Amino acid sequence: MSRENSLVTAQWVEEHLDDPKVVLIEVDEDTSAYDKGHIKGAIKLDWTTDLQDQVRRDFVNKEQFEALLSERGVANDDTVVLYGGNNNWFAAYAYWYFKLYGHEDLKLLDGGRKKWELDSRELTNELPTRDKTSYTATEQDASIRAFRDEVVAAIGTQNLVDVRSPDEYAGRLLAPAHLPQEQAQRAGHIPTAASVPWSKAANDDGTFKSDDELRQIYSDAGVDWDKDTIAYCRIGERSSHTWFVLKELLGQQNVKNYDGSWTEYGSLVGVPVALGDEPGQP
Amino acid sequence: MCGATEGGLSLDGIDVKKEAIVQGQVLRDGEPVPNAYVRLLDRTGEFTAEVPTSATGHFRFFAGDGEWTLRTLAPKADPVDQAVHAAVGTVAEVVVAI
Repeated sequence: MSRENSLVTAQWVEEHLDDPKVVLIEVDEDTSAYDKGHIKGAIKLDWTTDLQDQVRRDFVNKEQFEALLSERGVANDDTVVLYGGNNNWFAAYAYWYFKLYGHEDLKLLDGGRKKWELDSRELTNELPTRDKTSYTATEQDASIRAFRDEVVAAIGTQNLVDVRSPDEYAGRLLAPAHLPQEQAQRAGHIPTAASVPWSKAANDDGTFKSDDELRQIYSDAGVDWDKDTIAYCRIGERSSHTWFVLKELLGQQNVKNYDGSWTEYGSLVGVPVALGDEPGQP
Repeated sequence: MCGATEGGLSLDGIDVKKEAIVQGQVLRDGEPVPNAYVRLLDRTGEFTAEVPTSATGHFRFFAGDGEWTLRTLAPKADPVDQAVHAAVGTVAEVVVAI
Protein backbone atom coordinates (compact mmCIF):
# COMPACT_ATOMS: atom_id res chain seq x y z
CA MET A 1 0.00 0.00 0.00
CA SER A 2 1.00 3.62 -0.21
CA ARG A 3 -0.21 7.07 0.65
CA GLU A 4 -1.69 7.53 -2.86
CA ASN A 5 -4.09 4.62 -2.63
CA SER A 6 -5.04 4.75 1.04
CA LEU A 7 -5.40 8.46 1.83
CA VAL A 8 -7.52 11.21 0.28
CA THR A 9 -7.56 14.94 0.96
CA ALA A 10 -10.53 17.04 2.04
CA GLN A 11 -10.40 18.63 -1.40
CA TRP A 12 -10.72 15.21 -3.08
CA VAL A 13 -13.70 14.38 -0.89
CA GLU A 14 -15.37 17.67 -1.75
CA GLU A 15 -14.93 16.90 -5.44
CA HIS A 16 -16.53 13.44 -5.01
CA LEU A 17 -19.50 14.37 -2.79
CA ASP A 18 -21.97 13.45 -5.54
CA ASP A 19 -20.19 10.33 -6.78
CA PRO A 20 -22.58 7.41 -6.07
CA LYS A 21 -19.71 4.89 -5.92
CA VAL A 22 -17.93 6.82 -3.19
CA VAL A 23 -19.41 6.10 0.24
CA LEU A 24 -18.39 8.44 3.02
CA ILE A 25 -18.63 6.85 6.47
CA GLU A 26 -18.19 8.77 9.72
CA VAL A 27 -16.98 6.80 12.74
CA ASP A 28 -16.41 8.72 15.96
CA GLU A 29 -15.45 7.98 19.51
CA ASP A 30 -18.24 10.37 20.44
CA THR A 31 -20.97 8.46 18.64
CA SER A 32 -23.27 11.49 18.69
CA ALA A 33 -20.88 13.70 16.67
CA TYR A 34 -22.46 12.68 13.36
CA ASP A 35 -25.87 13.75 14.60
CA LYS A 36 -24.57 17.29 15.20
CA GLY A 37 -23.57 17.62 11.55
CA HIS A 38 -21.59 15.52 9.07
CA ILE A 39 -20.16 15.69 5.57
CA LYS A 40 -22.88 15.70 2.94
CA GLY A 41 -23.90 12.17 1.96
CA ALA A 42 -21.97 10.48 4.76
CA ILE A 43 -23.49 7.57 6.63
CA LYS A 44 -22.65 6.73 10.23
CA LEU A 45 -21.27 3.63 11.87
CA ASP A 46 -21.44 3.39 15.65
CA TRP A 47 -18.31 1.59 16.83
CA THR A 48 -19.94 0.59 20.13
CA THR A 49 -23.08 -1.00 18.67
CA ASP A 50 -22.50 -1.67 14.96
CA LEU A 51 -18.96 -3.03 15.20
CA GLN A 52 -18.92 -4.88 18.54
CA ASP A 53 -20.57 -8.11 19.59
CA GLN A 54 -23.05 -7.06 22.26
CA VAL A 55 -22.39 -10.06 24.54
CA ARG A 56 -18.77 -11.20 24.20
CA ARG A 57 -15.78 -8.87 23.91
CA ASP A 58 -15.20 -9.34 20.20
CA PHE A 59 -16.17 -7.97 16.81
CA VAL A 60 -19.38 -8.75 14.99
CA ASN A 61 -18.96 -11.91 12.93
CA LYS A 62 -18.75 -12.13 9.14
CA GLU A 63 -22.50 -12.62 8.68
CA GLN A 64 -23.33 -9.69 10.97
CA PHE A 65 -20.83 -7.46 9.15
CA GLU A 66 -22.37 -8.45 5.81
CA ALA A 67 -25.85 -7.70 7.12
CA LEU A 68 -24.69 -4.34 8.50
CA LEU A 69 -23.11 -3.10 5.27
CA SER A 70 -25.96 -4.47 3.15
CA GLU A 71 -28.48 -2.65 5.29
CA ARG A 72 -26.51 0.62 5.16
CA GLY A 73 -26.16 0.41 1.39
CA VAL A 74 -22.44 -0.26 1.00
CA ALA A 75 -21.49 -2.42 -2.00
CA ASN A 76 -18.37 -4.54 -2.43
CA ASP A 77 -17.11 -2.38 -5.29
CA ASP A 78 -17.76 0.97 -3.58
CA THR A 79 -14.90 3.26 -2.67
CA VAL A 80 -15.31 3.59 1.08
CA VAL A 81 -13.88 6.79 2.57
CA LEU A 82 -13.70 6.77 6.36
CA TYR A 83 -13.38 9.85 8.51
CA GLY A 84 -14.02 10.82 12.10
CA GLY A 85 -13.10 12.97 15.04
CA ASN A 86 -10.16 12.58 17.38
CA ASN A 87 -7.67 12.70 14.51
CA ASN A 88 -9.35 9.73 12.84
CA TRP A 89 -8.74 7.30 15.73
CA PHE A 90 -12.00 5.44 15.22
CA ALA A 91 -12.03 6.00 11.47
CA ALA A 92 -8.62 4.29 11.31
CA TYR A 93 -10.06 1.57 13.54
CA ALA A 94 -12.95 1.12 11.09
CA TYR A 95 -10.47 1.16 8.18
CA TRP A 96 -8.52 -1.67 9.80
CA TYR A 97 -11.80 -3.45 10.60
CA PHE A 98 -13.00 -3.17 6.97
CA LYS A 99 -9.61 -4.55 5.88
CA LEU A 100 -10.06 -7.41 8.32
CA TYR A 101 -13.24 -8.35 6.47
CA GLY A 102 -11.66 -7.87 3.07
CA HIS A 103 -13.07 -4.61 1.70
CA GLU A 104 -10.77 -3.66 -1.14
CA ASP A 105 -11.25 -0.01 -2.05
CA LEU A 106 -10.69 1.84 1.20
CA LYS A 107 -9.49 5.37 1.93
CA LEU A 108 -9.02 7.51 4.99
CA LEU A 109 -9.77 11.23 4.81
CA ASP A 110 -6.49 12.89 5.82
CA GLY A 111 -7.11 14.92 8.98
CA GLY A 112 -10.63 13.59 9.39
CA ARG A 113 -13.42 15.64 10.76
CA LYS A 114 -11.12 18.06 12.54
CA LYS A 115 -9.30 19.13 9.37
CA TRP A 116 -12.66 19.44 7.61
CA GLU A 117 -13.97 21.70 10.38
CA LEU A 118 -10.78 23.74 10.72
CA ASP A 119 -10.97 24.37 6.96
CA SER A 120 -14.51 25.72 7.59
CA ARG A 121 -15.92 23.19 5.11
CA GLU A 122 -19.63 22.49 5.12
CA LEU A 123 -21.39 20.04 7.45
CA THR A 124 -25.04 19.10 7.09
CA ASN A 125 -27.78 17.52 9.20
CA GLU A 126 -29.42 15.93 6.16
CA LEU A 127 -29.56 12.14 6.34
CA PRO A 128 -28.67 10.35 3.10
CA THR A 129 -30.67 7.44 1.74
CA ARG A 130 -28.83 4.54 0.14
CA ASP A 131 -30.39 1.50 -1.48
CA LYS A 132 -29.76 -1.79 0.27
CA THR A 133 -27.02 -3.99 -1.16
CA SER A 134 -25.96 -7.60 -0.87
CA TYR A 135 -22.54 -7.25 0.68
CA THR A 136 -20.15 -10.20 0.89
CA ALA A 137 -17.27 -10.15 3.37
CA THR A 138 -14.25 -12.46 3.50
CA GLU A 139 -13.17 -14.42 6.55
CA GLN A 140 -11.14 -12.25 8.96
CA ASP A 141 -7.61 -11.61 7.74
CA ALA A 142 -5.57 -13.10 10.57
CA SER A 143 -2.41 -11.44 9.27
CA ILE A 144 -3.41 -8.02 10.63
CA ARG A 145 -5.00 -8.90 13.99
CA ALA A 146 -2.94 -9.94 17.04
CA PHE A 147 -4.25 -11.91 20.00
CA ARG A 148 -2.83 -12.02 23.51
CA ASP A 149 -0.73 -15.18 23.22
CA GLU A 150 1.22 -13.90 20.25
CA VAL A 151 1.69 -10.58 22.01
CA VAL A 152 3.26 -12.33 25.00
CA ALA A 153 5.40 -14.38 22.58
CA ALA A 154 6.50 -11.17 20.84
CA ILE A 155 8.15 -9.75 23.97
CA GLY A 156 11.82 -9.30 23.20
CA THR A 157 11.52 -10.81 19.72
CA GLN A 158 9.23 -8.59 17.59
CA ASN A 159 8.59 -4.87 17.50
CA LEU A 160 5.95 -4.00 20.05
CA VAL A 161 4.81 -0.43 19.61
CA ASP A 162 2.88 1.18 22.44
CA VAL A 163 1.09 4.15 20.93
CA ARG A 164 -0.53 5.53 24.08
CA SER A 165 0.57 8.80 25.68
CA PRO A 166 3.87 8.75 27.61
CA ASP A 167 1.99 8.93 30.93
CA GLU A 168 -0.10 5.87 30.07
CA TYR A 169 3.03 4.02 28.91
CA ALA A 170 4.85 4.77 32.15
CA GLY A 171 1.85 3.80 34.27
CA ARG A 172 1.06 7.30 35.53
CA LEU A 173 -2.33 7.29 33.77
CA LEU A 174 -4.60 4.32 32.96
CA ALA A 175 -6.64 5.88 30.16
CA PRO A 176 -6.46 8.80 27.73
CA ALA A 177 -6.83 12.03 29.65
CA HIS A 178 -10.23 12.93 28.21
CA LEU A 179 -11.72 9.85 29.86
CA PRO A 180 -12.19 8.99 33.54
CA GLN A 181 -9.24 6.96 34.79
CA GLU A 182 -10.41 3.36 34.92
CA GLN A 183 -10.25 0.06 33.01
CA ALA A 184 -7.23 -2.26 33.29
CA GLN A 185 -6.27 -3.80 36.62
CA ARG A 186 -2.65 -2.74 36.33
CA ALA A 187 -0.89 0.28 34.81
CA GLY A 188 2.28 0.19 32.73
CA HIS A 189 3.33 -1.35 29.42
CA ILE A 190 4.37 -4.62 27.80
CA PRO A 191 8.09 -5.13 28.46
CA THR A 192 10.34 -4.21 25.51
CA ALA A 193 7.58 -2.18 23.81
CA ALA A 194 8.77 1.06 22.23
CA SER A 195 6.82 4.16 23.20
CA VAL A 196 5.71 5.95 20.05
CA PRO A 197 2.56 7.95 20.85
CA TRP A 198 0.21 7.84 17.85
CA SER A 199 0.20 11.64 17.92
CA LYS A 200 3.81 11.77 16.75
CA ALA A 201 2.53 10.59 13.37
CA ALA A 202 0.07 13.45 13.01
CA ASN A 203 0.25 17.20 12.59
CA ASP A 204 -1.81 19.42 14.91
CA ASP A 205 -4.60 19.55 12.30
CA GLY A 206 -4.82 15.76 12.29
CA THR A 207 -3.19 15.17 8.88
CA PHE A 208 -0.38 12.64 8.65
CA LYS A 209 3.25 13.71 8.56
CA SER A 210 5.33 12.97 5.46
CA ASP A 211 6.62 9.44 4.82
CA ASP A 212 10.20 10.53 5.54
CA GLU A 213 9.24 12.12 8.85
CA LEU A 214 7.21 9.04 9.80
CA ARG A 215 10.02 6.61 9.00
CA GLN A 216 12.40 8.70 11.10
CA ILE A 217 10.04 8.75 14.10
CA TYR A 218 9.78 4.95 14.28
CA SER A 219 13.45 4.41 13.54
CA ASP A 220 14.40 6.82 16.35
CA ALA A 221 12.15 4.87 18.72
CA GLY A 222 14.01 1.67 17.93
CA VAL A 223 11.61 -0.03 15.52
CA ASP A 224 13.55 -2.64 13.56
CA TRP A 225 12.17 -2.57 10.00
CA ASP A 226 13.30 -6.16 9.41
CA LYS A 227 11.04 -7.51 12.15
CA ASP A 228 7.30 -8.07 12.39
CA THR A 229 5.39 -5.49 14.37
CA ILE A 230 2.45 -5.44 16.76
CA ALA A 231 0.88 -2.11 17.72
CA TYR A 232 -1.32 -1.67 20.77
CA CYS A 233 -2.97 1.05 22.84
CA ARG A 234 -5.83 0.82 25.36
CA ILE A 235 -8.68 -0.65 23.28
CA GLY A 236 -7.13 -0.87 19.82
CA GLU A 237 -8.33 2.32 18.16
CA ARG A 238 -5.27 4.56 18.49
CA SER A 239 -3.11 1.58 17.50
CA SER A 240 -5.22 1.26 14.34
CA HIS A 241 -4.00 4.76 13.52
CA THR A 242 -0.39 3.57 13.91
CA TRP A 243 -1.16 0.31 12.06
CA PHE A 244 -2.41 2.49 9.21
CA VAL A 245 0.82 4.50 9.21
CA LEU A 246 3.13 1.48 9.26
CA LYS A 247 1.20 -0.78 6.92
CA GLU A 248 -0.73 1.49 4.57
CA LEU A 249 1.42 4.62 4.37
CA LEU A 250 4.91 3.15 4.81
CA GLY A 251 4.11 -0.22 3.24
CA GLN A 252 5.66 -2.25 6.05
CA GLN A 253 4.85 -5.98 5.85
CA ASN A 254 3.54 -8.00 8.78
CA VAL A 255 2.05 -5.33 10.99
CA LYS A 256 -0.71 -6.39 13.35
CA ASN A 257 -3.06 -4.45 15.55
CA TYR A 258 -3.66 -5.91 19.03
CA ASP A 259 -7.25 -4.80 19.67
CA GLY A 260 -7.32 -6.41 23.11
CA SER A 261 -4.62 -3.87 23.96
CA TRP A 262 -3.97 -2.62 27.46
CA THR A 263 -7.50 -3.21 28.79
CA GLU A 264 -6.83 -6.91 28.16
CA TYR A 265 -3.09 -7.16 28.74
CA GLY A 266 -3.18 -5.02 31.90
CA SER A 267 -5.77 -7.37 33.39
CA LEU A 268 -4.08 -10.69 32.49
CA VAL A 269 -2.84 -12.88 35.34
CA GLY A 270 0.81 -13.84 35.27
CA VAL A 271 2.17 -11.72 32.41
CA PRO A 272 5.16 -9.38 32.81
CA VAL A 273 4.51 -5.64 33.09
CA ALA A 274 7.05 -2.82 32.91
CA LEU A 275 6.63 0.50 34.70
CA GLY A 276 8.32 3.81 33.96
CA ASP A 277 9.58 5.50 30.83
CA GLU A 278 12.00 2.76 29.69
CA PRO A 279 10.96 -0.30 27.61
CA GLY A 280 12.29 -2.72 30.23
CA GLN A 281 13.79 -6.20 29.89
CA PRO A 282 12.09 -9.30 28.37
CA MET B 1 -17.31 29.46 36.87
CA CYS B 2 -16.99 28.28 40.45
CA GLY B 3 -18.88 25.00 40.47
CA ALA B 4 -17.52 21.97 38.64
CA THR B 5 -20.53 21.61 36.41
CA GLU B 6 -21.85 25.16 36.12
CA GLY B 7 -22.79 25.76 32.51
CA GLY B 8 -20.40 23.03 31.51
CA LEU B 9 -20.30 19.29 31.10
CA SER B 10 -22.03 16.98 33.56
CA LEU B 11 -19.86 15.22 36.14
CA ASP B 12 -22.61 12.71 36.94
CA GLY B 13 -21.20 9.30 37.75
CA ILE B 14 -17.61 10.50 37.97
CA ASP B 15 -15.76 10.25 41.27
CA VAL B 16 -14.31 13.75 41.33
CA LYS B 17 -12.15 12.97 44.40
CA LYS B 18 -10.06 10.56 42.31
CA GLU B 19 -9.63 12.77 39.25
CA ALA B 20 -7.41 15.73 38.40
CA ILE B 21 -9.90 17.61 36.27
CA VAL B 22 -8.98 20.37 33.84
CA GLN B 23 -11.97 21.98 32.21
CA GLY B 24 -13.19 25.26 30.84
CA GLN B 25 -14.63 27.14 27.93
CA VAL B 26 -13.34 28.55 24.66
CA LEU B 27 -14.52 32.06 23.84
CA ARG B 28 -14.17 34.34 20.82
CA ASP B 29 -15.04 37.96 21.62
CA GLY B 30 -16.82 36.69 24.72
CA GLU B 31 -18.96 34.21 22.76
CA PRO B 32 -18.65 30.40 23.19
CA VAL B 33 -16.86 28.58 20.36
CA PRO B 34 -18.53 25.22 19.70
CA ASN B 35 -16.23 24.00 16.92
CA ALA B 36 -12.82 24.37 18.55
CA TYR B 37 -10.38 21.57 19.41
CA VAL B 38 -8.53 21.62 22.71
CA ARG B 39 -5.39 19.51 23.10
CA LEU B 40 -3.79 18.57 26.41
CA LEU B 41 0.01 18.47 26.23
CA ASP B 42 2.15 17.00 29.00
CA ARG B 43 5.10 18.68 30.75
CA THR B 44 7.38 17.76 27.83
CA GLY B 45 4.95 19.17 25.26
CA GLU B 46 3.84 15.69 24.14
CA PHE B 47 0.22 15.28 23.10
CA THR B 48 -1.88 13.53 25.74
CA ALA B 49 -5.48 14.06 24.67
CA GLU B 50 -7.76 16.19 22.57
CA VAL B 51 -11.47 17.02 22.70
CA PRO B 52 -13.79 19.03 20.50
CA THR B 53 -15.65 21.74 22.41
CA SER B 54 -19.32 21.23 23.23
CA ALA B 55 -22.18 23.31 21.85
CA THR B 56 -21.47 25.77 24.65
CA GLY B 57 -17.72 25.85 24.00
CA HIS B 58 -16.87 23.66 26.99
CA PHE B 59 -14.16 21.01 27.29
CA ARG B 60 -12.84 18.69 30.01
CA PHE B 61 -9.82 16.47 30.68
CA PHE B 62 -8.97 13.96 33.36
CA ALA B 63 -5.27 14.63 33.85
CA GLY B 64 -2.79 13.76 36.57
CA ASP B 65 -1.00 15.87 39.17
CA GLY B 66 1.30 18.44 37.63
CA GLU B 67 1.82 21.01 34.92
CA TRP B 68 0.02 20.76 31.59
CA THR B 69 -0.50 22.91 28.52
CA LEU B 70 -3.80 23.43 26.72
CA ARG B 71 -3.46 24.09 22.99
CA THR B 72 -6.63 25.36 21.34
CA LEU B 73 -7.25 25.15 17.59
CA ALA B 74 -10.25 26.78 15.95
CA PRO B 75 -11.29 27.76 12.43
CA LYS B 76 -9.90 31.13 11.38
CA ALA B 77 -7.78 31.53 14.52
CA ASP B 78 -4.14 30.99 15.46
CA PRO B 79 -3.46 28.19 17.96
CA VAL B 80 -3.48 29.42 21.58
CA ASP B 81 -1.32 27.79 24.31
CA GLN B 82 -2.17 28.11 27.98
CA ALA B 83 -0.43 26.57 31.00
CA VAL B 84 -2.54 24.87 33.66
CA HIS B 85 -1.82 23.12 36.95
CA ALA B 86 -3.85 19.99 37.75
CA ALA B 87 -4.18 18.15 41.07
CA VAL B 88 -6.17 15.06 42.03
CA GLY B 89 -9.35 15.99 43.86
CA THR B 90 -9.58 19.44 42.31
CA VAL B 91 -11.07 21.04 39.22
CA ALA B 92 -8.88 23.54 37.35
CA GLU B 93 -11.11 25.96 35.41
CA VAL B 94 -9.62 27.63 32.35
CA VAL B 95 -11.11 30.21 30.00
CA VAL B 96 -9.42 30.23 26.59
CA ALA B 97 -9.82 33.38 24.52
CA ILE B 98 -9.08 33.00 20.81
